[in-house]
Amino acid sequence: MMEAAVTIPPFERFYAEHRDEVYRLLARRMGRQRAEDAFQETFLRALRAYPALRHGTHLRAWVLTIARNVAVDAFRREQPTVELEEPIELPRRPAFAQLEHLTDTLPPTERAAVVLRYAYDLPYAAIGAALGSSEDAARQAASAGVRRLRRRETT
Amino acid sequence: MNVSTDLDRRFREAADREGLVDVAYDLADSPVGELLVAVTGRGLCRIAYRPDDALDELAGDFGTRVLRVPRRVDRVRRELDEYFEGRRREFDLELDLTPVGAFHREALDELARVPYGEVTTYGALAAKVGHPKSARAIGGAMNRNPIPSVLPCHRVVGSNGKLVGYAGGLERKELLLKLEGALLDTLFP
Repeated sequence: MMEAAVTIPPFERFYAEHRDEVYRLLARRMGRQRAEDAFQETFLRALRAYPALRHGTHLRAWVLTIARNVAVDAFRREQPTVELEEPIELPRRPAFAQLEHLTDTLPPTERAAVVLRYAYDLPYAAIGAALGSSEDAARQAASAGVRRLRRRETT
Repeated sequence: MNVSTDLDRRFREAADREGLVDVAYDLADSPVGELLVAVTGRGLCRIAYRPDDALDELAGDFGTRVLRVPRRVDRVRRELDEYFEGRRREFDLELDLTPVGAFHREALDELARVPYGEVTTYGALAAKVGHPKSARAIGGAMNRNPIPSVLPCHRVVGSNGKLVGYAGGLERKELLLKLEGALLDTLFP
């Protein structure tokens, strides 16, 4: 069940590997101008949470999730009354595929928390950073998601 | 469509400003090849001849948030430039030697007292540290010197006057000694 531990790379290497992909994703969603602020915010969030990581697997999924959440937060700030229907997309990876059919009807934040915790095995502090909230909020979102899934299974 | 140089620089400087960087580094040109120069909040912590390996070592020693932030090493870069141009004989820099063990630290402290343009021997340095029979251990300590050139392990030679060894390669050791005008031939005829 446990994957072999992958050493956490020095942040520079992680950043150099993912910066262009993160920037392209943000530019596609928000336009180049606004993508610049979101780019900086994405990697600052990643840097804040970096010491909480326990292994170096799924770092790409993690940082892309942070980027999507930063984009969602920016849209919410601009249009606070509009409910975002679009679920937070996660990279298609085998670990995710196992959970995808179970989680695709969860609210976006709960879904991201459940998938990052149970499919990607990330610690709550790192998930909190990805969701732009705290470790506690990430733990609550994941357990709310799991409760919702359980209720659904029993009905 | 990639990250622009300007955006890249702004992120690095914001990260540094927010105090999120354990180790800031940059690469610097020098007559002994490209150097990686790294600082923490306490001071200069590493000069490395092999930048790639050094990144992993820095992450292990000081924390994984290792980031290239050129302006953080400006002062070290300036002093190194002056040294390599022959205009500086002593460095005026804070050092961070926190990961260094006690014996290693004593050896490096003693090493720092060897003056510009002079050489000493592994045995003599061992005696000064108070372990006269530990010339070999002193050799090991010099080999693992985290801040070569600023901590002048190139000024330590064998008792027969031979250069003996240098973690950065003997040609670098010779070049640094020549730069300082240390004339081995007259010291050890």
